[in-house]
Amino acid sequence: MQNAGIVGYGCYIPRYRIKVEEIAKHYGKNAEEIKRGLMLEEKSVPAKDEDSATIAVEAAKNALKRAEHVAELHKKISAVYVGSESHPYAVKPTATIVAEALGLSNNYTAADTEFACKAGTASLQMAMGLCLSNIAEYALAIGVDTSQAAKGDALEYSAAAGGGAFIIGTKRNEFVAEILHTLSFSTDTPDFWRRSTQLTPKHAGRFTGEPAYFKHVATAAKMIMEKYGYKPEDFNYVIFHQPNGKFPLRVAKKLGFKEEQIKPGFIVPKLGNTYSGNIPLSLNAVLDIAAENELILAVSYGSGAGSDAFIIKTTPLLKEVQSKTTKALQYLNENKIYLSYAEYLQHMEMIH
Amino acid sequence: MKALAAIIGIGITKFGEHWNKGIKELLAEAQLKALEDSGISEKDIQQIYVANMCADSLSGQLHLGSIASQILGINVPSYRVEAACASGGVAINAAINALRHKDIVLVSGVEKMTDVDTAKVTTALMGAGNEEWEEFHGATFPALYALMANAYMHEFGFAEEKFREILSKIAVKNHKHASKNPFAQFPREITLQQANNASIVAYPLRLFDCSPISDGAAALVLCKPELAKKFCDNPVYVVASAVATDTLALAERESLTSLKATRLAANDALNQAGISIKDINVFEVHDCFTIAELIAMEDLGIAERGKASKLIEEEQTYYDASIPINPSGGLKAFGHAVGATGIKQAVELTKQLRNEAYCQVENAEFALSHNVGGSGGTAAVHIYARRLL
Repeated sequence: MQNAGIVGYGCYIPRYRIKVEEIAKHYGKNAEEIKRGLMLEEKSVPAKDEDSATIAVEAAKNALKRAEHVAELHKKISAVYVGSESHPYAVKPTATIVAEALGLSNNYTAADTEFACKAGTASLQMAMGLCLSNIAEYALAIGVDTSQAAKGDALEYSAAAGGGAFIIGTKRNEFVAEILHTLSFSTDTPDFWRRSTQLTPKHAGRFTGEPAYFKHVATAAKMIMEKYGYKPEDFNYVIFHQPNGKFPLRVAKKLGFKEEQIKPGFIVPKLGNTYSGNIPLSLNAVLDIAAENELILAVSYGSGAGSDAFIIKTTPLLKEVQSKTTKALQYLNENKIYLSYAEYLQHMEMIH
Repeated sequence: MKALAAIIGIGITKFGEHWNKGIKELLAEAQLKALEDSGISEKDIQQIYVANMCADSLSGQLHLGSIASQILGINVPSYRVEAACASGGVAINAAINALRHKDIVLVSGVEKMTDVDTAKVTTALMGAGNEEWEEFHGATFPALYALMANAYMHEFGFAEEKFREILSKIAVKNHKHASKNPFAQFPREITLQQANNASIVAYPLRLFDCSPISDGAAALVLCKPELAKKFCDNPVYVVASAVATDTLALAERESLTSLKATRLAANDALNQAGISIKDINVFEVHDCFTIAELIAMEDLGIAERGKASKLIEEEQTYYDASIPINPSGGLKAFGHAVGATGIKQAVELTKQLRNEAYCQVENAEFALSHNVGGSGGTAAVHIYARRLL
């Protein structure tokens, strides 16, 4: 059976950070309680001149650097999907900005996707579909966000900026990782939303937990394991969408995964929730350190609501591309600049 | 001893977050369970009282009487009863009064609270307080009970740390009870340390001093006592039903550390039953906050004023100790689906007197429920008997 695979991957995280303490101080909240409750320490913030398009370009450039083993790839990418809930334009695609900046040929289809925090993995599935049906030879799928949160909302401690990109193909000898299986579980569940006239999302408090995140993530994970005959212990790595630190650890424990499977992709405490960039970034972190023939289970979550699950197997080629460009943890841990709350508001264009 | 009514059927939902159930579904579950438990047909129900506080402010729904009868497919008179958190207790009182003219009456209670955010629920609950003197100035119910707790500490000379331990011990005990009850919202134990160190909600009240926001429903089938044996072998008799009221605003009360409405209703109920408080074997009291349980113990006459803490310290209020209080888990740990709470207390005490409880008090003959509206504007006290002596 032919599978789609990742021929190149990359990511980008802006260098600016704000600590939980800095936000909590502004609202007279107890930072330690928030840090303990959400298992978050700090989050990334875009620079004043960064948006989802620029972050997508940086991530895609890194993906191209890791796909140099495919000759003339620029000319062969014939589909570009960018998933985000912070597309710079409501009407006008981010995907064409990205494709133009990358210097792709003009023979590509493009679209922006939105499915709250899982627009990135939805793009990945669309890219796989086009490649597997021979409509596209290679497809670029990106998940990126400069996540929005209302001032004073609990989301303000987590909403972060960053993104990941994957170049998908179907030639096995070019894969750095093969996508063995994917499936999705979706319902109409209004746990988090933003109307087109609103600048920041709203959410339904505790309703975002059990009936939303946990139901969808756990169901999709169980479905894919049952359907294709896997058990939790079969995986070297497991990644669940990380809206905060608490949720993914809880669902992982419930499903029987161990700490060592979770840890490599668990980057939320120092990154925050990059919404559509969430799974793309944590998958980058895992691919950066994985050895050949290792199995990864990745399950995204998008409010509204749905989960996309993927079973991915690394190939011997992965080792050769890992160090070709900046790794996720380098972006996460190096060169950081910390902002005050006032500076943060400026970066988020909430004050000028 | 004269019975006022017999409980021949009980029904209850789990209290907690019922994301996929609305008012009608919750009420249907409780009412149909009660009907099934009683073994009677819905056609035998002659009147309905449904207790609820917030359906209009939280769900935009009024006219609950119609919903309650529609569930059963009957067309009998059906009344919504509202007395804030005492809606359930007051509805039982109203239903008992109705038995003068009717043979069988259904009384149910329901609250759907988790469809909106906490701020909206807090505002809706302040409808139980004085709008002009309390709510308008920003007071919330945790704040009002925190005032009572502070006044209690001051009046009876408690050091802060000592008082903290006492309140925490009440929470730990109620969680321990709830841990055995599958219908409870929080069926798990907590430690004294967790309760002591939890986030402050309104000083001195911390997280584990406060009952939660809950969805839930409960129902009772009541009949004339003389008809009870016709329907079931193990009826539980209501031998006293008392309701008393007091000023709406806390500031207008004679005391901040004692609820007059509770004292009046308790005296009335004990007189009706012709027994003393010492004859009661098991209590469900209105612990919307831990301080409320402490004050209730004194107002009901279980302990002298300022002395209830001794019973807490000695752990005498556990279900298997000398004065079992809140073996269901109380409002604190079983949950507080406001309109359903008073009915839930009766359901849980009926289970006690039928020997069906999860934290079963041995050989209980008499049980007492205590249900408070707001900060004490209403109190309903009922006494139940296993058999008529």
